[in-house]
Amino acid sequence: MAKREPKAPKFQRNRNPLTWLMRHAQNAVAALGRLTRNPMSTLMTAAVIGIAIALPSGLHLLIDNVRTLSGSWEGASSISLFLDQKLSDQQAEKIRHTISLRNDVAEATLITKEKALDEFRRLSGFGNALDLLDRNPLPAVVLVVPGAAYSSAEATGRLARQLEGYREIELAQVDLQWVRRLDAITSTLERGVAVLAALLCAAVLLIVGNTIRLEIQNRHSEIEIVKLVGGTDAFIRRPFLYEGIWYGLIGAVIAISLVLIALYLMQGPVERLAGLYESDFDLTLLTSGTFLAILVGSPLLGLAGAWLAVGRHLKKIVPE
Amino acid sequence: MIRFDNVAKRYATGREGLSGVDLTLEAGEMAFLTGHSGAGKSTLLKLIGLLERATRGQVWVNSRNLNKLKDRDVPFHRREVGMIFQDHRLLHDRTVFDNVAMPLVVAGMGHAETKRRVRAALDKVSLLSKEKTMPVSLSGGEQQRVGIARALVSKPPVLLADEPTGNLDPELSREIMQLFLQFNQVGVTTLIATHDVDLVNSLGKRIIKLREGRVESDTGSLG
Repeated sequence: MAKREPKAPKFQRNRNPLTWLMRHAQNAVAALGRLTRNPMSTLMTAAVIGIAIALPSGLHLLIDNVRTLSGSWEGASSISLFLDQKLSDQQAEKIRHTISLRNDVAEATLITKEKALDEFRRLSGFGNALDLLDRNPLPAVVLVVPGAAYSSAEATGRLARQLEGYREIELAQVDLQWVRRLDAITSTLERGVAVLAALLCAAVLLIVGNTIRLEIQNRHSEIEIVKLVGGTDAFIRRPFLYEGIWYGLIGAVIAISLVLIALYLMQGPVERLAGLYESDFDLTLLTSGTFLAILVGSPLLGLAGAWLAVGRHLKKIVPE
Repeated sequence: MIRFDNVAKRYATGREGLSGVDLTLEAGEMAFLTGHSGAGKSTLLKLIGLLERATRGQVWVNSRNLNKLKDRDVPFHRREVGMIFQDHRLLHDRTVFDNVAMPLVVAGMGHAETKRRVRAALDKVSLLSKEKTMPVSLSGGEQQRVGIARALVSKPPVLLADEPTGNLDPELSREIMQLFLQFNQVGVTTLIATHDVDLVNSLGKRIIKLREGRVESDTGSLG
């Protein structure tokens, strides 16, 4: 060519962090404004998200609480030794001492006949009936905790059989099996809830994605014109991403409310149940962490869903 | 300011929009693109605004080789090219003011400066009194003037118009063209596609006639 073009000037990009922050704040507020202009449809979308999140969260809380409850027994795979009725307290104490000296036993605790009766009277509700008996029907019990090296199911079983060989001991009962079973059940449930949670998270992603897709379609001509006058992809994307975040956040609030309501409804029965198990078990104890996870996770899901929709559909809008 | 170097554009459908166009528009020059529909006028404008990319040859605008411009830089290029369309492309759910303000909002301009510039642009097209009205309540000529104000509000060095008077009667068309002449006088490089040959001939500006994707005649190529 006849003449060389002069060097092209660089495009000016706005890199002022304050402007950037302002833009994001404006976008966030504007997106919320758009959502509140259609309160019913916004609420309905958010409610679907809320229910989808509340379901696995609630189940998770429940299982987690059962875990804590069973966890307090877990380590103590103990053996209850029911002693011969005829033994006196001194004799009972002697056999306890003998057993506690075994090197496969970590701990042996004696529950005397009187103590057993007291406990039974207090917890079972049969106090009046017991008064009718002229004699304490309960045997003394020695609670044995096996040594750390002997706490497997097999070793505990072997220990129990050996202890049963003592003349003073009527019956050795391993209190392990059902703890194990409960543990296995909660593990299974937990896995099930994890699968459910994954599915419902995917559902939230799709719900937000679909809502944003419709929104993009509605604002097709606006997007086209913004592209024509030099709007960057980030500029076009931003309002939709904030809408996704808001949907997630509103959904999170709804989810937490639902879980709280469910907990409130369950509080009474659970307290009674916990009382029967001699536990000051409190359903709400573990909730704050879960709620924080919902408050952070749900908006992130909304953002991801919006991002999916925006990524797929904005590219297709090309000004002509 | 604008240079086409043996440029061809073939669409995905196989249709040849342009085939081998050489063209130079100096900074501050004004020219009309004429020719039958399908001659390639719109395609040529789209290549300048990067609504399409050339399949062969090179397009230079503002000293930039558009072939080498990355996709992420396209928005910044478009901010330097004001575009006007036959169908105005206004947003009907926004006021005249908001429509005109769009290029400035997109560029992240401050509130006060935006307001000042939008009102100046509306004043130039004599629509300042209509800033709060909706485009629907304006006449065709007024809507086109809103489109022009939007194209010029960010003071781009290049102005493109595709059949800006296509739907207007002769008198309104002349008014619109007078506006373009005024803007050209302050140094905006202007390229207008139109089939209104009579009007164009009366203005005494450079006329580039396209035919089947090639330059058939060019009256005022200065050198």
